[in-house]
Amino acid sequence: MAEGLSRRAALQLLFMTTTAFAFPQTLLSREYGRGEGMPWGAAAGDVPYYGIPDQRFFNADELSAVRAIAARLIPSDEDGPGATEADVATFIDRQMAGFYGRAQHWYMQGPFEDGLPTQGYQSEHPPAQLYRLALAELDAYCDANFGLPFSGLPENEQDGILTGIEDEEITFETVSAKTFFDLFLENTIEGFFADPIYGGNRDMVAWRYVGFPGARYDYRDFVGHNGARIDLPPVSLLGRPGWSRQ
Amino acid sequence: MVTRLESVDVVLVGFGWTGAIMAEKLTDAGLEVLAIERGPWRDTPTHFPTTFAQDELRYYWRHGMFQETAQDTLTFRNNRSQTALPMRRWGSFLPGNGVGGGGVHWNGQTFRFLPSDFVARSHNEERYGPLLEDMTVQDYGVTYDELEPHFDYFEKICGISGQAGNVRGEFIEGGNPFEGERSDHYPNPPLRMTFSQDRFAEASRQLGLHPFPGPAANMSRAYVNPLGVHLAPCTYCGFCEKFGCGNYSKSAPQTTIIPVLMRRNNFRLKTNAEVLTVQQTPDQSMASGVTYLDANGEEYFQPADIVVLCAYPLSNTRLMLLSGIGEPYDPETGHGVVGKNYCYQVMSGVDIFFEDEYTNEFVGAGALGMIVDEYNGDNFDHTGLGFIGGAYIGCWTTHARPIESHPVPEGVPSWGSEWKKAVRENFLKHTSLSVHGASMAHRTNYLDLDPTYTDRLGRPLMRMTYDFTLNDRRLTQHITPIAEEIARGMGGREITVNHRRGSYDSMPYQTTHNTGGTIMGSTPVDSVVNRYCQSWDLPNLFITGAGLFPQNAGYNPTGTVAALAYWSAEAIVNQYLRTEGPLVQA
Repeated sequence: MAEGLSRRAALQLLFMTTTAFAFPQTLLSREYGRGEGMPWGAAAGDVPYYGIPDQRFFNADELSAVRAIAARLIPSDEDGPGATEADVATFIDRQMAGFYGRAQHWYMQGPFEDGLPTQGYQSEHPPAQLYRLALAELDAYCDANFGLPFSGLPENEQDGILTGIEDEEITFETVSAKTFFDLFLENTIEGFFADPIYGGNRDMVAWRYVGFPGARYDYRDFVGHNGARIDLPPVSLLGRPGWSRQ
Repeated sequence: MVTRLESVDVVLVGFGWTGAIMAEKLTDAGLEVLAIERGPWRDTPTHFPTTFAQDELRYYWRHGMFQETAQDTLTFRNNRSQTALPMRRWGSFLPGNGVGGGGVHWNGQTFRFLPSDFVARSHNEERYGPLLEDMTVQDYGVTYDELEPHFDYFEKICGISGQAGNVRGEFIEGGNPFEGERSDHYPNPPLRMTFSQDRFAEASRQLGLHPFPGPAANMSRAYVNPLGVHLAPCTYCGFCEKFGCGNYSKSAPQTTIIPVLMRRNNFRLKTNAEVLTVQQTPDQSMASGVTYLDANGEEYFQPADIVVLCAYPLSNTRLMLLSGIGEPYDPETGHGVVGKNYCYQVMSGVDIFFEDEYTNEFVGAGALGMIVDEYNGDNFDHTGLGFIGGAYIGCWTTHARPIESHPVPEGVPSWGSEWKKAVRENFLKHTSLSVHGASMAHRTNYLDLDPTYTDRLGRPLMRMTYDFTLNDRRLTQHITPIAEEIARGMGGREITVNHRRGSYDSMPYQTTHNTGGTIMGSTPVDSVVNRYCQSWDLPNLFITGAGLFPQNAGYNPTGTVAALAYWSAEAIVNQYLRTEGPLVQA
């Protein structure tokens, strides 16, 4: 037990450390200069913010709905993998559990007004709370009209509901269904195409599907491609199979 | 409780490109310089090495190096009949934060404005008669010829890769035939072009146009700048704008100036410290220094003999308004100057989708592109067109980062199987042309303090009131079809024209070229600073940045921003230090 606890504590410590680097405002003010040169420090690398892999936001019902919606936005079909193979739901879950879901970097002071289309996101809810309220309303809507939650409906019914939300024919009471849809689509595309370190784009399936070589940084040999296809296996920030056991 | 610190010769507010330029020139002149930056320290090996710099989610979508709206944002509305609401998350532009500012995560497209851009009112009125009603376009008060040595120096500091078109009056094939006369060539040859640029250049030549390589702050070869700082060849990785360069291949304050500054004993930098106000002497004749807040919430007063505002234009304007320096602009009467002539950039474009050929746009660089300038500035006859100014048309291949760039042809739905398939089919076969249009000043586009929303310290946010103008609409309607014609000649399967229509939308990313608010000019009646970027009100207060532009030209602003900073630094060293008074008599 002690070992388990200390492992957890170590993870928390790691989380706190990476969090501090991820949020500059938590750093102390500092003075540089007076001829001391560039202030390089050992082990100071500002490594990516992953969150801890078991950090989650959604409950089981919410997760089912998120999986089902994402699977309709980017379907798995004969042409190739979709949100399910890429595990977009895990990506969104981890994002909602972190600083993004809390809108920690966003201006969230009131008063709140609906605003015009040219004025962008005006919800008083941070993304995670917006998801929670909207997913509850979505399932309530489906239950009232079809007697099943969204995830239990056939694909064509699901598509019809999502289209209705996108076209603002279906609205919610507590939050803007359209704002939720737009954010969900944005987050789904993020989860499909982001580096796999964030939990989506599993095994780089989305990069393979479209032909994106990923986190490479040297294409000098390929500049003169002259319209011929460049076919390179993708690489993640974690490397790729064959490079590591990850 | 405000702690009073020991006085310094110069305090710089903000430490991006212009802060680094000022610091280098003023410490070189022997002055004790302190820069105060509200964001954190950033350097290449710590913050964006090649082992994790290529992280699209972190740096772009989660705003890894941008100002956080939680710290400071602005409110926005299209016109005075609307209620401005806060920009809670960034959209159409992305202000930088931290050491290096936007210079860390720019693309590196480094143009000089045209000679006629600096005299936009007098030149256009002389040639075409009175401007449209309510256009508050002005001359800069400084000319291209005066700035030329400073453009040249900045190009050498940055190691710009490009092809000159006019060196000392001699026209050179393959360069821009319209550019102002240059004293020298670019320090490095152009970047290598890809398939897309080859097609664009060929199609442009067929129309009688003169394509030239976009001037790039991405290194076409290894380079040592005049300060002795080394830059490495660009690897065409496609992570420039919104990202730091892990290769030391993109000019940034970190890769050109800061390493030298950090070795000078008369330079200091404070990070995570936010300047709150510029203070004045009791008789309000001079700036006495600045107050700032550190990360512990402690407030300090930093006295200084000279204060230079080097923050982003939007922040410089807000600091002037919060400090009560200069008369705020009133769009009703046209009186006042601070916040006047906010301008932007009028962008449109064309997507080209190929059938058999691959564009492979992941092989790219921030300023890898071919440009035509026939329709920029006053390079063409505007008689009877009803607008002034113009746009360059360019084929840049900057990246194919897939969250941001997965274009599909017109008529494809925005999600579902059909969308997914179209994304796959076009991902490696797409390129685009960009029409980068001027934004001319108008009486009703301006910045002031918001009456409702405040920042975390309870101080008013700045309010932006902005929409595209009649001049903008005519400009984009005239030039976008020319880009369309070039695109049709590039041999693709189909094109999509992305017109600039309707009201300005603050959400879709357009460009981080926000200008005006602290404009320069010839009299205190219509400008905040004089031709040396010196405040008309407080002679020891200087302002840098694109906020100086009375209106924005059809080019990316950084080259002109830097030239103005060098010009102003030279005036401080060679003139102001001798007189310590106004350099232009009002």
